[in-house]
Amino acid sequence: MRNYEIETMPRSELEKLQSERLVNQVKRMYERVECFRNRMDEKGLKPEDVKGIEDLHKLPFAYKSDLRDYYPYGLFAEPLENIRRVHASSGTTGKRIVVGYTDNDLDMWANCIARMLEGVGITKNDIFQVSFGYGLFTGGFGLHAGVEKIGATVIPMSSGNTALQIQTMIDFKATAICCTPSYAMYLGEEIEKMGVKDQLSLKVGIFGAEPWSENMRREIEDKLGIKAYDIYGLSEILGPGVSCECEYQCGMHVWEDHFIPEIIDPETLEVLPHGEWGELVFTTITKEGFPLIRYRTRDICSLNYEKCKCGRTHVRMRKPSGRSDDMLIIRGVNVFPSQIEEVLLSLDGGNITPNYLIKVDRINNTDTFELDVEMSESMFTDDVKSISKVEKEITEKLRSALGLGVKVHLVNPKSIPRSEGKAKRVLDLRKL
Amino acid sequence: MIVEQISIFVENKMGRLLAISEILAKNNIDISALSLADTEDYGVLRMLVSDPHKAKEVLNQNGIICKVTEVLAVAIDDRPGGFYNSLKILTDNHVDIKYMYACISHEKGKAIMVLRVDDVNGANKLIHDNVKDIVDPSEIYRLSAK
Repeated sequence: MRNYEIETMPRSELEKLQSERLVNQVKRMYERVECFRNRMDEKGLKPEDVKGIEDLHKLPFAYKSDLRDYYPYGLFAEPLENIRRVHASSGTTGKRIVVGYTDNDLDMWANCIARMLEGVGITKNDIFQVSFGYGLFTGGFGLHAGVEKIGATVIPMSSGNTALQIQTMIDFKATAICCTPSYAMYLGEEIEKMGVKDQLSLKVGIFGAEPWSENMRREIEDKLGIKAYDIYGLSEILGPGVSCECEYQCGMHVWEDHFIPEIIDPETLEVLPHGEWGELVFTTITKEGFPLIRYRTRDICSLNYEKCKCGRTHVRMRKPSGRSDDMLIIRGVNVFPSQIEEVLLSLDGGNITPNYLIKVDRINNTDTFELDVEMSESMFTDDVKSISKVEKEITEKLRSALGLGVKVHLVNPKSIPRSEGKAKRVLDLRKL
Repeated sequence: MIVEQISIFVENKMGRLLAISEILAKNNIDISALSLADTEDYGVLRMLVSDPHKAKEVLNQNGIICKVTEVLAVAIDDRPGGFYNSLKILTDNHVDIKYMYACISHEKGKAIMVLRVDDVNGANKLIHDNVKDIVDPSEIYRLSAK
């Protein structure tokens, strides 16, 4: 275990540590973050009213829309000179959301991932292929730092180019890999086709950033000849490494010395008793650059506070079972229907939004993403070239807005089913 | 001769063409010539019909997207070189043809080319000035000039 004392800390001590850190964080944020201060004032709360984690439920929530409203740096609790790195991910509209990390934050992040890596048996003798994308997405750089932290060798492969991925893992003798689970399935299939499974040195895989099932886990393990572990995270809180599985694969340990999870009823907003399913809410108690109190993740989840067989006392979260909003995760990318609406609205000079239907499926273990757009009189010309141009324009605009390829189909007007007068926007056929 | 053509958006789905032809049939609209340009997802059905504006109206009522556009109809001799002669006149005069289709006429020895060009009036004049023994397509086919 990387940090035995912390990871196995008796819960009473852990809660004491959380309380101290929460009190400090609230005080610090009240002084430094306008949005938080305003919300506290609206509730008539002062930092002194928070004496420990028993007072957490009194505090105001934070929302994804806050990141848009205070874009780009308005929620940072440190001056920019202390922000060492930023990452970004999709917002609910065309505007991305930005998060920032201080030196301490980056170190904490690397440590969270290092704990997981050691927990699943990765050591400095391992060669770790990071096949998460490097860039504004937190996946690549996040795992990279954790691998370096434990002293293993990192192959900063990034995502894409499957043939090169496979050649690299064979030639460089990679013993561990991380990527999205659907990409792992795809790699597994290509490896099967090429008949090169016996040339692999892989033992362990760490997969996350999109929903996956136990069936997928077994298939990935079988195809790649590895043990596959689940990792969870979101940019707003940290990136990958907020929680992850241990060797026993019975839920993902949330590193509670840094993050306090709660489960709330998304309707009543009341905190639910241990073990119940509801919306997952996180409070970051050590983050400096971009701290959040009671951030509503919209992931539907449940928590298990029993001590794990591995000896760790940190709470285990179940794999999220869905969302309390309309966000889709397609090939690891967060997609909101509102982003698509924004693009479509821009087509016709902002006059009308054509009816559309998002169709997502998983075929050969890869997410397919198609968009039906109802044709309108103004989009129709009598030659195929001009219509194809419209189709291409939609595809290109969506690619740049979402960072994701989509197959656009122009369909007949009024052909998209409407229920109670409102069009159905998403058809998700993936069986996860 | 300049005639009006109706162009219809056809989603690439079983039964779409049938639905369109049913609407035209029920409204007593006669089809004289047609062509279907298709892509993977959709097609554009272009037709010369007895009453293009009525066709547009009834198709629109049924939620089908269509447009009435002007095209050039040229009657040519149905013999080797007939097509070439007319096409050469247009090409020599730098008229770019966006698409075309053709049909054989009832009258023996004649065929009709339907051409979509940018400057339909200019192209019409070129044909008139250069083709000998020009036949008005309406004489050999149920077409009415614009």
